[in-house]
Amino acid sequence: MNQAIRNSWIVALSMFVLILGSLTYVQFFAAEELNANPNNNRTIYKNFGQNRGSILVDGAPIAESVPSGDQFNFQRVYYQPELYSQLTGYFSLVSGVTQLERVMDKELTGTSDQQFYDRLVQLVSGNQPQGASVELTIDSELQRLAYDLIPEGQKGSIVMMDPKTGNILAMVSKPSYDTNLLAGHDTKVVEQNMQELLTVEGLSPYTNAATESLLAPGSVFKLVDAAAALESGDFNAESQIDNPSALPLPGTNISLPNYTNGNCGTRSEATIGFALEQSCNTVFAQIAWDLGEEEIVSQAEKFGWNTALHLPERGIDRVVASGFPTELDQAQLAQASIGQYSVTATPLQIAMMSAAIANNGVQMTPNLIRNVRAADLSIIDEPEPEVLNTSVSPETARQLTDWMVGVVDNGTASAAQIPGVKVAGKTGTAEVEGRGDNAWFTGFAPADNPEVVISIVMEDVDLTTGAQLTTPSAQKLLEAVLNK
Amino acid sequence: MSDVLTVPKSRRNMEAVLLLLALLVGVGANMVIGLDQDRAFDADFWTQGATLVGLVLIFHIVLRIRAKYADPVILPIVTALNGIGLAMIHRLDIANNDTAADRQLLWSAVAVAAAIAVLFVIKDHRILRRYTYISLIVSAILLLLPLTPIGLELNGARIWIQVGSGTFQPGEIAKITLAIFFAGYLSTNRDLILLAGRKVGPLQLPRFKDLGPMVAAWLVSIGVLVLQRDLGSSILFFGLFMAMIYVATSRVSWVLIGVALLTAGGLAAMQLFSHVSLRIDGWINAFDPEVINRPGGSWQVVQGLFGLASGGLAGTGLGQGRPDLVIYANSDMIIAALGEELGLIGIFAIVLMYVLLVSRGFRAALGTRDGFGKLLACGLSFTIALQCFVVIGGVTRLIPLTGLTTPFMSAGGSSLLANWIIVALLLLISEAARRPAAVGPMGGPMVPAMQDAGAKPAARKRSLRKKEASGS
Repeated sequence: MNQAIRNSWIVALSMFVLILGSLTYVQFFAAEELNANPNNNRTIYKNFGQNRGSILVDGAPIAESVPSGDQFNFQRVYYQPELYSQLTGYFSLVSGVTQLERVMDKELTGTSDQQFYDRLVQLVSGNQPQGASVELTIDSELQRLAYDLIPEGQKGSIVMMDPKTGNILAMVSKPSYDTNLLAGHDTKVVEQNMQELLTVEGLSPYTNAATESLLAPGSVFKLVDAAAALESGDFNAESQIDNPSALPLPGTNISLPNYTNGNCGTRSEATIGFALEQSCNTVFAQIAWDLGEEEIVSQAEKFGWNTALHLPERGIDRVVASGFPTELDQAQLAQASIGQYSVTATPLQIAMMSAAIANNGVQMTPNLIRNVRAADLSIIDEPEPEVLNTSVSPETARQLTDWMVGVVDNGTASAAQIPGVKVAGKTGTAEVEGRGDNAWFTGFAPADNPEVVISIVMEDVDLTTGAQLTTPSAQKLLEAVLNK
Repeated sequence: MSDVLTVPKSRRNMEAVLLLLALLVGVGANMVIGLDQDRAFDADFWTQGATLVGLVLIFHIVLRIRAKYADPVILPIVTALNGIGLAMIHRLDIANNDTAADRQLLWSAVAVAAAIAVLFVIKDHRILRRYTYISLIVSAILLLLPLTPIGLELNGARIWIQVGSGTFQPGEIAKITLAIFFAGYLSTNRDLILLAGRKVGPLQLPRFKDLGPMVAAWLVSIGVLVLQRDLGSSILFFGLFMAMIYVATSRVSWVLIGVALLTAGGLAAMQLFSHVSLRIDGWINAFDPEVINRPGGSWQVVQGLFGLASGGLAGTGLGQGRPDLVIYANSDMIIAALGEELGLIGIFAIVLMYVLLVSRGFRAALGTRDGFGKLLACGLSFTIALQCFVVIGGVTRLIPLTGLTTPFMSAGGSSLLANWIIVALLLLISEAARRPAAVGPMGGPMVPAMQDAGAKPAARKRSLRKKEASGS
């Protein structure tokens, strides 16, 4: 009988060996895979259970976590959510994590490399890890002013940045939405809210319109042609170019016209300065033909076209690549040279172009992060200004600035004039098939020592409304910066 | 008939030292939880700590009086397990705003009291052999109780009865009475079973009429599965019987016949009853989104696996994980909760405690001199091992998940009560195995510590003289 007892003991032992084996498999070998399983809500529960750091503008939180008293312990709350929704994105159980909440996740949850030591201390002390707070470069007054300058129901974006550092001072878009609607803990309600937001015309809660919407730039793109012309050495301020009222496009039965109600018709030959002031299409089409597609593409790319940006350490998740097409025929090149055909640009791209001109031809990397502070307020990260591209030579930049000042002083952007300050600017109106125009303004001030660059776009507007909503708004915003 | 000798020496002092360690683990775990929740040393902590210490202290003193030579490792192990279980239940209470730990503490007291009562009333486990057939009747009544009007169906299984305001699982107690019946029946009839029957090839087949109790066990298991929808208990009862009949006869043929019967019954049940086939489907296709979200699907086991995985090697630390996300984290799934917060390392330690406990049980079986005691100790120890296997195997998806408790740790009064009674029985059998044998006609040469024998009361001699059927 004792042998049988020993045998049953061995059977019992083998059962224990089996369960030790399966425990080892689950907790060690398969752990990583299980943790990454799409059905595993533990990771997000874990994050929701954390005291996530705040996002600050001028020292005041625009996003913070407050005790919720429910199973998640903390509730993410957004202040002035419509103003900042496209910057902060949302931290949602259902819809995921976007924009700043996404790219700054490690810092906000306290798991970035810089916070390693803190984590070590927390591990020993047993305290919950506390996230760092992220302070933005945004100026709250400018942000509010810019937001209010876009009428309710109008789709549009405004971007303002410091050309010397690339710091973004304001970035707003309409239509906007209340991010708190997506941050709730009741998944059914959040799903319902998301469905409702998706029906709002012109709104995509998933994206930041200022960095992720691609729009036809129209005449503001002429600055790229002008820059290419100067950089080529074939043209200068004195060059006279034919200025016909319409340019027949080879291979088609249509012509490229100048605006009939503008002043272009007063001259049959024009300098680039005059053509910019009055936005004469035919002059730039001829410059593009003269330089050839490659020169225009190359200059556009030096300003940032055809390159997507992902700048997590600067708080910018995604800047969609603005597009300039290649392998164009002469007719297409002519249309592309005035920012039509399939040329596209994000509102931020146009601001970055002006910023390069304002900063002696040097384009700085756009940046949203002033600093990242640990829970004890010590600064753990402070992004340094960084050069992104050298777009044009300083001489070209100076000449382009002079011409842009001319546009404000004598041309289409006169509504941007500020008494006692030289303002540089360029307007644009892009025709979009099947709906109203895109109205643009971009510029900077003061022209001799630029402090701020602006890019405004209003979508689906007629010519008059577009003019009213862009250049005069730019004047108010630039003045607001200079009066500080 | 024992060929394993132990120096007859009371190891109660050793037990006291080990108990101190065990209490340190159990009460320490509770303290860590209190500290983590910023409620260290509150009333709950003192009540739970003091009760646990008091209970095992009394038990220890009782052992000094009633079973001086009993195994010194068993009580410390179950103390540690009970303490860790209490701490985890308390930790989950805090997360879920529940009071399960209070009930568990009360039941621990009842269970320990019952175990002490067993030590006092029974004195010698061989007395139980007289109640072989009464045990069978009691088992039948206990198993049928949930099917009567006082029975209660919870989560699809009808294994509870309503007792006052609480519920009780009579099947847990039936585990013990069935073991007593099998031990009594087999130790009496093993010669008959062994010698009769035809030999077919290498297998000695039993006679048809000797199959009686096996068919009875099979009917009980399948009956529990079909009528009460409790796969876990059904496996447990059948496994208990298989182990005991194997130990009694040393015949593998019996085990093979048993496994064949169980497989046939299981397959038939799978065909006939949707709840069984759904269980199997939930096991094989656990990660299928449709299976996860289906009512009674694999959500529970998958959540448990996610919990274990998030714990990883070192665990999140007590109080730092989210074991409360798993349904029944404090009962059926307590292993997932412990694995998450204590990690693979911690859960290994816990499983090794079970290994040690079960091994001490088998050791008592080897050491005791009577066939009944050997069978009973084996059956009870094997039950604990099998229960661990079914529970942990189910939680880790080695086998389909069934609703069994983890001995000594899961929240549940009936389980605690039954397991503490099992402990009392194992202690009694180990006492019989380890105490100095009295000098008698049969003793003499096998006992090295003759000089202690004089201290034994004469009454013991008579009972030892009753010769058991000799071993194989």
